[in-house]
Amino acid sequence: MDYDAGPVVRPYAMTQGRVAPSGGDFDLVAFVVATVPDLASGIQMQPEHHAIVAAAWEPISVVEVASHLDLSIGVVRVLLGDLRSAGLISLYEPPAATQPHDVDVLKAVVNGLRAL
Amino acid sequence: MDSVRSDRSGGSRIPVALKILIAGGFGVGKTTMVGSVSEIRPLQTEEILTGAEGADDLSGVEGKTTTTVTMDFGRITITEDLQLYLFGTPGQDRFWFLWDELSQGALGAVVLADTRRLADCFPSIDYFEQRGTPFVVAVNCFGADQRFGPEAVSRALDLDPGVPVVLFDARDQVAARNVLIELVEYVARRQYASAGSR
Repeated sequence: MDYDAGPVVRPYAMTQGRVAPSGGDFDLVAFVVATVPDLASGIQMQPEHHAIVAAAWEPISVVEVASHLDLSIGVVRVLLGDLRSAGLISLYEPPAATQPHDVDVLKAVVNGLRAL
Repeated sequence: MDSVRSDRSGGSRIPVALKILIAGGFGVGKTTMVGSVSEIRPLQTEEILTGAEGADDLSGVEGKTTTTVTMDFGRITITEDLQLYLFGTPGQDRFWFLWDELSQGALGAVVLADTRRLADCFPSIDYFEQRGTPFVVAVNCFGADQRFGPEAVSRALDLDPGVPVVLFDARDQVAARNVLIELVEYVARRQYASAGSR
């Protein structure tokens, strides 16, 4: 029932009102990987920062982070920007949009779908 | 296979993720389709209202600076190193800017159509044609009798030759999966054709 009432804190309070990630934007399906345990960081860490680092111990996509932590994409991006600036995570962008998709990958997708 | 980036020293490999968009008018079965082929999860995309572009009447809520759009997303794990992400695009026109981000680098799109309201899918088709994003049209038959065949739908939508049109039931996992296969094979054909003409 508390859930129905909506979040207690407005979403961008978590980012101190910032709406763009530091160091540039990244794709929804970019992968996030924690690089070091988050103990020694120079930034003011919020619980959500810690939660992201914990979730990213194995590679996880940006969209999965948002869904997993039930945070909006915009907020997650800002928090990821902080973590990247602090050197706590690496972000791996998907291959460039202009690059044609690998035929072997397409074949693997078709075969994988058939096997579902 | 060089599709897997293993540049992370000693750690787990980074999977390759492919995006597929599920588009179409309101209530045509986007959520149903994403849900029938993948584990569906809601995704909040908090977006900023700038005021100037807002068609909404903000009187009384002038302090409101953000609005939440929820869209559907689902993941299909092909292999450990290869994942397919499905995104149900938000239906309202004022969220076109979200589409731009979604279609960036996307493998392709499925445009869902309902022959009783065919015009509802025109904006999606225009969008993908303009961007050059490969798409297939999937007519959701809702289990009812379908009076129009794929050729009639293709003509009615004035589709370019070669754009696949399939009839299916979005609730049926196998049928929905076959639509995705149709799309990926179409993308592969297009790529093969463009490579041959170079």
